[in-house]
Amino acid sequence: MIIEMTETPKNKSVRHRLTTRLWHWINALCLLVLLMSGLTIFNAHPRLYWGEYGANDDHAWAAVGSSQTIGYVRIGETKIETTGFIGNWRDDNGKVQTWAFPGWATIPSYYSLADGRRWHFFFAWIFSVGLGIFMIRSLFNRHVQHDLHITRAEWRPSHIWQDIKNHARLSFNMSGDANIYNILQKFSYIGVIFLLLPLMIFTGLAMSPAMDANWPVLTDIFGGRQSARSIHFIGMSLLVLFFIVHMAALLLAGPLKETWAMITGGKREGRTDA
Amino acid sequence: MRNSLTRRTLLTTGAIGAGSLLTGCDALSRSPAFQNILGSAEDTNFLVQRALGDRMELASEYNIADLSPKFRANGTRKPDTADYTASAAQGFADWQLRLTGLFAKPQNFSLSALQSMPQRTQITRHDCVEGWSAIGQWMGVPLKILLDLARLQDKAKFLVFHCADRLGGRPYYESIDLLDAFHPQTIMAHRLNGEAIPIENGAPLRLRVERQLGYKHAKYVTGIEAVATLDNIGSGKGGYWEDVANYEWYAGI
Repeated sequence: MIIEMTETPKNKSVRHRLTTRLWHWINALCLLVLLMSGLTIFNAHPRLYWGEYGANDDHAWAAVGSSQTIGYVRIGETKIETTGFIGNWRDDNGKVQTWAFPGWATIPSYYSLADGRRWHFFFAWIFSVGLGIFMIRSLFNRHVQHDLHITRAEWRPSHIWQDIKNHARLSFNMSGDANIYNILQKFSYIGVIFLLLPLMIFTGLAMSPAMDANWPVLTDIFGGRQSARSIHFIGMSLLVLFFIVHMAALLLAGPLKETWAMITGGKREGRTDA
Repeated sequence: MRNSLTRRTLLTTGAIGAGSLLTGCDALSRSPAFQNILGSAEDTNFLVQRALGDRMELASEYNIADLSPKFRANGTRKPDTADYTASAAQGFADWQLRLTGLFAKPQNFSLSALQSMPQRTQITRHDCVEGWSAIGQWMGVPLKILLDLARLQDKAKFLVFHCADRLGGRPYYESIDLLDAFHPQTIMAHRLNGEAIPIENGAPLRLRVERQLGYKHAKYVTGIEAVATLDNIGSGKGGYWEDVANYEWYAGI
């Protein structure tokens, strides 16, 4: 395998650079707060539409139904009962609540659209600025080019298939080459950092009436404000899915060692040139 | 066994962590100091959104084909004061819009006087803070025309919209700054979708301030007061929802 022999970073022996580690934890905190405060905002109107408009009399492609006796999620024509979890749940005092998402999943745990919005927008700023700085920094310190760039060899279907089989057997790439990430990891990290996270920012902005005046094209790209809201929700669900897979991989790869590496930097394994 | 223990420990730690995070967030949400920190995002949103574009950029306008089949109403659906009920009974023929406060020439307009002025018709998207949207066609007098007649004094920095409805016993009101006041799409609307505005949507007069969320669009407007500061109006935060529920005064997002 050919490794680009450009200028070597000073801290080459470190597995995760300081920028990466800092961003990782700031980002993790931001995403958690954004998720939970976002669910508070969703609770204000737990219905999703396609197109520019959508309110209670219009057709929702997904909605939460709630009453004092039952809670359910409807997607298309399919109803899934979620009593006890979504649409009908008990708060700490044992009282039945009919908000969509339960108190343990929202910030604040009680319903306050105003507070949820304050948390959401404050952390949205930290998240967006952090993501921007991380992207730029990762291009300049060549993190992207060295660690996330997918080489021609890696694009070979046989290589990708091999990595899928490795994952299915729960044995991960520790082959000792220069890559710290295997191909599926690269796909998911590139997908999340360069597509999904920016998508969350842009679909979020596309819901703003002021941004609609400033940059109308933003809302148009997503097919309308309600479509942007739906995509924002689907993007959130994909991020939760990413988190679950991320945690599963962490447990399998050694949670303490990996977490420690993301805090202290860790050592780059198999690097003879370190 | 060791593995599952680790996993259990992790899960328990996670659950305790999430629990304390939640309790912590609730405590922070109730702390005025922390509210101020979170609220700083509002100032940032305001500055950045105002800095983008040329400050007088129009909100998107749509076609008749794009109208919502039903324009949802929210907040007060029917003001229950005796004055309002009496006025509604005679089709709001006696409705007055009073321009008071820091005007060189305070004015009183009847509904028919407003209807005989130059009008603007716009099909716009109404975005509620809750997340839903409705597209409607609004017709009304550009606010600028009224302000030019009443002539704002230099000290005036905000316009306060006083309304006929009460929510929880408190009068509804809203306020905007002068940039939004003179925006071409800011109108005192009296028609929705080609008919007199229904009572649930704010009859007979409703503010349209298209670049902000729905709660800024005061319904049942009886007066416009020009002020130098919002401190002495209501509880001082510039609007009903701002006062009672901590909603942001600037509702651009």
